[in-house]
Amino acid sequence: MRWPLLVLLVVLSGGVVALQAVYERRGGALAGSTEQVLYVRSPDAVKRLALSYDALLADIYWIRAVQHFGRTRLSTEPVKQYNLLYSLLDLTTSLDPHFRVAYLFGAIFLSEPAPGGPGRPDLAVALLQRALQASSRQWEFAQAIGFVHYWWRQDYQQAAAWFQRAADYPDAPEWLVPLAATTLAQGGSRESSRMLWQQIARTAEDDWYRNEALRRLRQLDAMDQLDRLRAVVEAFRQARGGPPADWDDLRRAGDLRGTPVDPTGAPYRLSDGAVSLDSASPLNPLPAEPARIR
Amino acid sequence: MAVIGHIALNVFKESVRDRVLYSLVAFATLLIGASYLIGQLTAGQDVKIIKDLGLAAIATFGLFIAVFIGIGLVWKEVERRSIYSLLAKPIRRHELVLGKYAGLALTLLVNVAMMTIALYLVLAYLNTQFSDNARAVWPAPAVDVGMLRAIGLIFLELLVVTAFALFFSTFSSPFLSAALTFSLWIIGEFNPELRNFEAVVESPAAAYLARGLSYVLPNFAAFDIKTQVVYALPVPSSYLLTTSAYGAVYIALLLTGAVAIFERRDFK
Repeated sequence: MRWPLLVLLVVLSGGVVALQAVYERRGGALAGSTEQVLYVRSPDAVKRLALSYDALLADIYWIRAVQHFGRTRLSTEPVKQYNLLYSLLDLTTSLDPHFRVAYLFGAIFLSEPAPGGPGRPDLAVALLQRALQASSRQWEFAQAIGFVHYWWRQDYQQAAAWFQRAADYPDAPEWLVPLAATTLAQGGSRESSRMLWQQIARTAEDDWYRNEALRRLRQLDAMDQLDRLRAVVEAFRQARGGPPADWDDLRRAGDLRGTPVDPTGAPYRLSDGAVSLDSASPLNPLPAEPARIR
Repeated sequence: MAVIGHIALNVFKESVRDRVLYSLVAFATLLIGASYLIGQLTAGQDVKIIKDLGLAAIATFGLFIAVFIGIGLVWKEVERRSIYSLLAKPIRRHELVLGKYAGLALTLLVNVAMMTIALYLVLAYLNTQFSDNARAVWPAPAVDVGMLRAIGLIFLELLVVTAFALFFSTFSSPFLSAALTFSLWIIGEFNPELRNFEAVVESPAAAYLARGLSYVLPNFAAFDIKTQVVYALPVPSSYLLTTSAYGAVYIALLLTGAVAIFERRDFK
């Protein structure tokens, strides 16, 4: 081997080592590419095996999570099993810690009560708490945690505390402060629920999230309408000594002008004096309300 | 330099004759097919996923071209015995090696450039499919010039892989060269793990060895800033410069090694 080549080889080898040292001294990989290195659990093992395809693999797990949730929700099985949902979301967000939608939508998927979801708000909170550490826009995740406590756990103290915590972030919107106060004062009331969903519908940046908020607002409207219809049916029962057989009885009595429909246009059902949503209505199932606020 | 240029041009023409550019058709089909399908599956994450998929596909297609053409660059000339007629011409051995490398680099450049244009076209189309509200929440615009930084580093990574393939092809069979190049690429992706080895092994000697290896082995993970550009996270210019310098020095090292071996090789 010629001497100049040998010298060049040595110099270049030194250059590689020196530049690698510079790379490490600068803190190594940029934030976002190697989170939780050597944290021994399966999502991290997958992350290691993903080589440089971690974001793409996260997309695949996200698609699988959406598919798993949707397919299970629409299945005709008597007992719907969402066993894979949290694992898929965990893998998605471990591979791509900035996957904002996977945290926000994933929390909603996890919180939905059976049969529409696994009914695991505890896992939803755990997922969102990881988002708080891994991603920016922290107020959004704190607000989402408050929301899970409010809507699915009916723990209004916790909800108010999280809304307040969300409001304390420097980039938080102003409406979080009155939301925290209202939740603390009258949490669980239909009006405070309406205020919460109206804010989400007004401020949500994702079409899916906004549509979900609009659906919830329609559910609240339907619950108000159901209360009024039940009162009309009860008045009819007291006046006539028995419940109406159908909506026509109430129309003939002058109590209604026609068959009442819910905010989506589906007719309400009247059966044995009980008023309910039609089974085909997209507003099913209506949320449970604490007995004390009815 | 003129000799190197001529050889490079010939390598490029040969790769076109070998239908390497057909990979572009596969790439375009993959992206267009995916952009049509994922809209149904991803709860509005089309643009992010097309960016992830496009960048990963550019890296993967380029990796296969770099390895499978790179390993045959020198070996083919020896196998066909055309090396004798080549070396009988006024071509020095280092010019042959560098020309071959430059030719494959040119092939990769054309491939990556065409795939980049296809990716931007698909993203421009997707951009028209969303409302202003939906676009407002994206961390980066669909047609984002910032993605070129990630593509630039992917191209540089491919040049390092090509240099490895060429280096191995100067002294070993294509099969062995491909195995060695792929192995080094995988090890290079794990390079950051080697520096934290003390967290998983008790032996200080093994930890020191792993740390030492991390300095010598290629660090391909450093070229991966796909997540950063997709989420518009900051990528300092100093990072790009240092990584580019690292890649350039590594390429120079490998080409020097390839030339040194090829200079000494006896073709009798």
